[in-house]
Amino acid sequence: MAETVDKWSIGGREFTSRLMVGTGKYASFEQTARALEISGAEIITVAVRRVNLDRSKESLLDYIDPKKYTLLPNTAGCYTADDAVRTCRLAREAGMSDFVKLEVLGDEKTLFPDNEELLKAAKILVAEGFTVLPYCSDDVIVCKKLEDLGCAAVMPLGAPIGSGLGIRNPYNIRIILENVSIPVIVDAGVGCASDAAIAMELGCAGVLMNTAIAGAQDPIAMAEAMKLAVIAGRLSFRAGRIPRKLYANASSPLDGLIG
Amino acid sequence: MQILLNGDYVVTADGATVGSLLLQLGISRERVAVELNADIVPKPDYEKQLLSDGDKIEIVHFVGGG
Repeated sequence: MAETVDKWSIGGREFTSRLMVGTGKYASFEQTARALEISGAEIITVAVRRVNLDRSKESLLDYIDPKKYTLLPNTAGCYTADDAVRTCRLAREAGMSDFVKLEVLGDEKTLFPDNEELLKAAKILVAEGFTVLPYCSDDVIVCKKLEDLGCAAVMPLGAPIGSGLGIRNPYNIRIILENVSIPVIVDAGVGCASDAAIAMELGCAGVLMNTAIAGAQDPIAMAEAMKLAVIAGRLSFRAGRIPRKLYANASSPLDGLIG
Repeated sequence: MQILLNGDYVVTADGATVGSLLLQLGISRERVAVELNADIVPKPDYEKQLLSDGDKIEIVHFVGGG
């Protein structure tokens, strides 16, 4: 597979896998660890929450080796720039890395980003030396602003978080791809392997997903399906698809037909 | 003295530091971050950072998330 995989980098770090995976909603920590392993993901997202003071409780990092993965702490659940910045500072102290998935949500029903607060937070975090990967709307203007602020990537949503609706507006993703030069990663909305392949065929640098794997009937099988879909989609993009045409174009020669 | 620890009031000894609190709670410092009255306490400062009555402490770590 060596020549079929092209490496990419973000924030000065090089990666082979273009599938980024979340660690929430699994049935057990064992299942989380197994799904991550099968997915081949190198970047995994985590959330920042209060330590349970009941010492008997196990924690995620008892099952996942932080040296094996690049941990990407998120700011899930933050609705203001201040809360998101505070969470990122805690994440950096806990994880000793400056990678953050910045999300600032607008409301609980849609979990759509609050782009105004997002831009405010991104500006502060970039100034503080964070490598900022913002979850944002599939809006090229917002993406360009995030790029101008110094974000390491933009992560437009394919559809609402956890919805599994797929890439609802591939044309918006294409417009973003044509107008920003930092990696574009589709984050949220993927439901099945073909959704991931579509994101990659559009030319995205990667795909980030959680529920599509964790919520599948067989998360381990879906983790493998996603791995293959992302590889296939990337290869399909690089291979260059044929143009769409309205009418047929025969594959077999017309010359030499029997009389 | 009383401190507000992760949203709950708890009683801790006078002269307690962030380091002694973590030890008392059995929490490994490598995988957590500590906030004292909304400011991050850097890990090298855990031993010298004294706690005062009424302090608000948050101890966080990574959990599963997307």
